[in-house]
Amino acid sequence: MLKDITLGQYFPGDTVVHRLDPRTKLLLVIVYIVALFLCKWYVSYAVALAFLALAVALSRIRLKALFKGLKPLIIIIIFTALLNLFYSEGRVLVEFWIFKITYEGIQNAFFLVLRIMLLVMGTFLLTYTTSPIALTDGLESLLSPLKKIRFPVHELAMMMSIALRFIPTLIEETDKIISAQKARGADFETGNIFRRAKALIPILVPLFVSAFRRADELATAMECRCYHGGKGRTKLKQLHYRGRDVIALLLGALLLAAVIVLRQFAL
Amino acid sequence: MAATIEVRNLSHTYSVGTPFQHDAVKHLSFTVERGEFLGIIGHTGSGKSTLIQHLNGLLKPTEGDVLLDGESIWKDKLTTRAARFRVGLVFQYPEYQLFEDTVFQDIAFGPKNMGLKEAEIRQRVLRAADFAGVDRSVLDKSPFDLSGGQKRRVAIAGVIAMEPEVIVFDEPTAGLDPAGCASLLENIRAYRQATGATILMVSHSMDDVARLADRLLVLNKGQVEMMGKPSEIFTRAQRLREIGLNVPQVTTLFLRLKELGAPVDPATYTVEDALEQLLRLKGGGRRA
Repeated sequence: MLKDITLGQYFPGDTVVHRLDPRTKLLLVIVYIVALFLCKWYVSYAVALAFLALAVALSRIRLKALFKGLKPLIIIIIFTALLNLFYSEGRVLVEFWIFKITYEGIQNAFFLVLRIMLLVMGTFLLTYTTSPIALTDGLESLLSPLKKIRFPVHELAMMMSIALRFIPTLIEETDKIISAQKARGADFETGNIFRRAKALIPILVPLFVSAFRRADELATAMECRCYHGGKGRTKLKQLHYRGRDVIALLLGALLLAAVIVLRQFAL
Repeated sequence: MAATIEVRNLSHTYSVGTPFQHDAVKHLSFTVERGEFLGIIGHTGSGKSTLIQHLNGLLKPTEGDVLLDGESIWKDKLTTRAARFRVGLVFQYPEYQLFEDTVFQDIAFGPKNMGLKEAEIRQRVLRAADFAGVDRSVLDKSPFDLSGGQKRRVAIAGVIAMEPEVIVFDEPTAGLDPAGCASLLENIRAYRQATGATILMVSHSMDDVARLADRLLVLNKGQVEMMGKPSEIFTRAQRLREIGLNVPQVTTLFLRLKELGAPVDPATYTVEDALEQLLRLKGGGRRA
């Protein structure tokens, strides 16, 4: 059933990585991604891999969980690999019919797959070790300079928190509605694609109605508590940079510097 | 009387193989007779909702079986689908499942899924609307324009329209005002009398189930704690309180009277019965 879907991928823990300021983690992920795209050759990929390995080891997130995150991307990964394998110019290794595999093709495919995997695992590590609320807090804080150009940073963060908060609620609600309609003989499993799409109406209509009702109730509840946007609003949990954040950011800077230098030597 | 529903050694485990694995019901066995009114009571999390979703095949037992008229509802796909229509299930807050343009169409959803003819559907909808206390004048309105209580009646009519042999109600009166409660329960009682349908009703309100049910099934932590006539169940008030349940208010009063030494029956659970006993006590058996 729907209940078995894990959406809030947060794995609670109390490691250094978990305790890092969410802003630090967000910045590190950005630096890490930039570094990945600057990687050119085995040595620089090895450096990026080492960086990720260190973070994973410190976070005590099991590798199995990280690889599980790659599962939905398998098709994309295979597709990219094949495209690169067959469509790269260079020294031909094998040739049959209209296909030819080149030495460069194999290399390109390998690097691209490695890049995607490192990218996905790095970002998953962020969501695995940071609670959604901390993540939105961090994002709000990082984006706050944009307030100067009237970008609604607080509102954006609030919308994200509310959306995250209601995902489990809506899943539960959907589950209930599906059961109720099934009890009235609704059939979601047979028929062609049009029939199946039509069979979704008895689920979607009540779901939308209830989502609007909830939104309305929430808006009233927020107004009752005098919510009027982000201006002058203080926080219960203030974010503070600590020693470990400085160290982590320095490591990130080091990674970026290393990759840039290695790039000069095409390594 | 023959057993309409037989639940055999039913167990259900949620989220098998994850850290969230837990048993909702464990080794439940009981039977429901044809035409019976069975009240199901139990604390939150006692497995009531899980149990009732097994009765029409919405949930598949992890272990054990559910039999309708002696035949497993899991025999084959057709039997399972037929069970959906033979056992009607009215969920908690059923008004949140309404979706059609008009009340009429919403009530007709179940019969339509059964593949009935237009004329038959029309007949069933009108009959169901009458039973559930839905005024015929609202049949062409949008269900979303109705009041909460009316919406619930429409949703109940939607299940009645399938004319199931068994109807299971999950907390049908939750969130209704006292007058709405009483009139809805009266509708259910009248429906049963008119059709002879078997009724199962999950409820928190001891007073409601005590008045209507022939027998009670008390669940505790996913297992059958007691099963029997209300008069038998309510004599065990002590145990009921231990598992977080209560006895009807009248019973509480009569248990206390018995403790104080009055010659009353402590298993009294209806107001009428209580009145009779009190009058007898007062006037030495004289009653107008």
